Amino acid sequence: MDITKLLSIALGAILVNNFILSQFLGICPFMGVSKKMDTALGMGMAVIFVMGLASAVCWPINEFILVNPKLFPGEFNLGFMQTIVYILVIACLVQFVEMFLQKAMPALYSALGIYLPLITTNCAVLGVVLLNTQNHYNFIESVVYGVTGGIGFLLAIVLFASVRERLEFSECPKAFEGFPIALVTAGLIALAFMGFTGLKIW
Amino acid sequence: MTLGMIVAVAAVVLLVLGVVFGLILGFAAKVFAVEKDPREEAIAGCLPGANCGGCGFPGCSGYAAAVAAGKAATNCCAAGGETVAAKIAEIMGVKAEASVKMAAQVQCTGGCRGHEQYEYVGIQDCAAAARVPGGGPAGCSFGCLGFGTCESVCPFDAIHVVDGVAKVDVEKCKACKKCIDVCPRHIIVLAPYKTKRHVAITCSSKDKGADVRKVCDNGCIGCGLCAKACPKEAITVDKNLAVIDYDKCVGCGLCAQKCPRKLITVDGKVPEIKPAAPKASGAEQK
Repeated sequence: MDITKLLSIALGAILVNNFILSQFLGICPFMGVSKKMDTALGMGMAVIFVMGLASAVCWPINEFILVNPKLFPGEFNLGFMQTIVYILVIACLVQFVEMFLQKAMPALYSALGIYLPLITTNCAVLGVVLLNTQNHYNFIESVVYGVTGGIGFLLAIVLFASVRERLEFSECPKAFEGFPIALVTAGLIALAFMGFTGLKIW
Repeated sequence: MTLGMIVAVAAVVLLVLGVVFGLILGFAAKVFAVEKDPREEAIAGCLPGANCGGCGFPGCSGYAAAVAAGKAATNCCAAGGETVAAKIAEIMGVKAEASVKMAAQVQCTGGCRGHEQYEYVGIQDCAAAARVPGGGPAGCSFGCLGFGTCESVCPFDAIHVVDGVAKVDVEKCKACKKCIDVCPRHIIVLAPYKTKRHVAITCSSKDKGADVRKVCDNGCIGCGLCAKACPKEAITVDKNLAVIDYDKCVGCGLCAQKCPRKLITVDGKVPEIKPAAPKASGAEQK
């Protein structure tokens, strides 16, 4: 296991290729639940959880079913089915996790609350599993990419929420009030994250 | 491999995956089923769903869960009133506890308008105005500032600033306490609203009588004439301010006739002062 590769995957997912701020995935929850710090934290935590799990579950499904050379010995395999199968897996997984948490960990369930089902439609989760396949990551790398991608999401949404909380009390032109200024702010934060481009461990 | 076969293989794989996931979910639903009180859902169904928080629980579903668990009374829903309380009581199988309609009441008549300390041109918001030295422009340090912060937080459109002082529309008020929380002067209170005859002393000033006269046209001077006139001893004067105990008040309105400041109202109106009105006619007079 190459620790350096894992570290660079993590660094890439959190800062350099941040899912929201440089890949523009998962913008909907990023704009939607970033009005308050605690809801943003809740959403971020739930995303870390689901992204990690989705990566862990989708990898074997892709490897052992869709592109398994033993099932499909020739040129042909079911790689083109990845998107639809992943959506199926994620939707099912979120449902399953919700049921499991409600029974086993009611405290965590009520803490994640409404954000858990919302994540079903979060394209960052689909993005992370598709990118895992595209980058030919192995199982460990996939899970690391999923979890750190979630951490990157958490970082971005928490930063954004803290800016938005301050934005509430600042004066801005009438035309920009509310959502427009939030979009502009998101753009500026994304610009700031461009500063991480080219960052490498060694 | 022909196109038909590709489609067939893809469809079969997806079908198998779907069936497997379906089975897993179905199985999980059985294994991880959480027993929920069916009454909880029924109660949530008959609540108004405004999530105003007037009951003291986080939203309507929180209150429904508390009632079903036996942790809350059936009549806490201020917005729903007696009809909802009766429905909940029916679901819970207990007798409905009578609920008195509560409504917000602004303890100020706005008599200090015209006695302003200075002209205020800042942010038109009570919380902002109250932070200015002197505690805002109002001459009376207990008076309504009249910028309508209560109006802006009211989810039921029940409180409005009329002639510079906040007025509650008791029919619309659901007693959710949002205005009470937001008022920087703390002059809005929750009072049981008696639909027959509601007597109100709407003043919060604890200043001495002479000081009140300087800054307000009809603020309470703590003379105590109302307390003496009350046959039920429902009014007490505490720190230069007359206060009604609604448990004792019968709504006769004798206090209102005695008040030299014309501050006490019956059903929102100051009754005409009749000298030496007999007690019996006081109850019928409107």
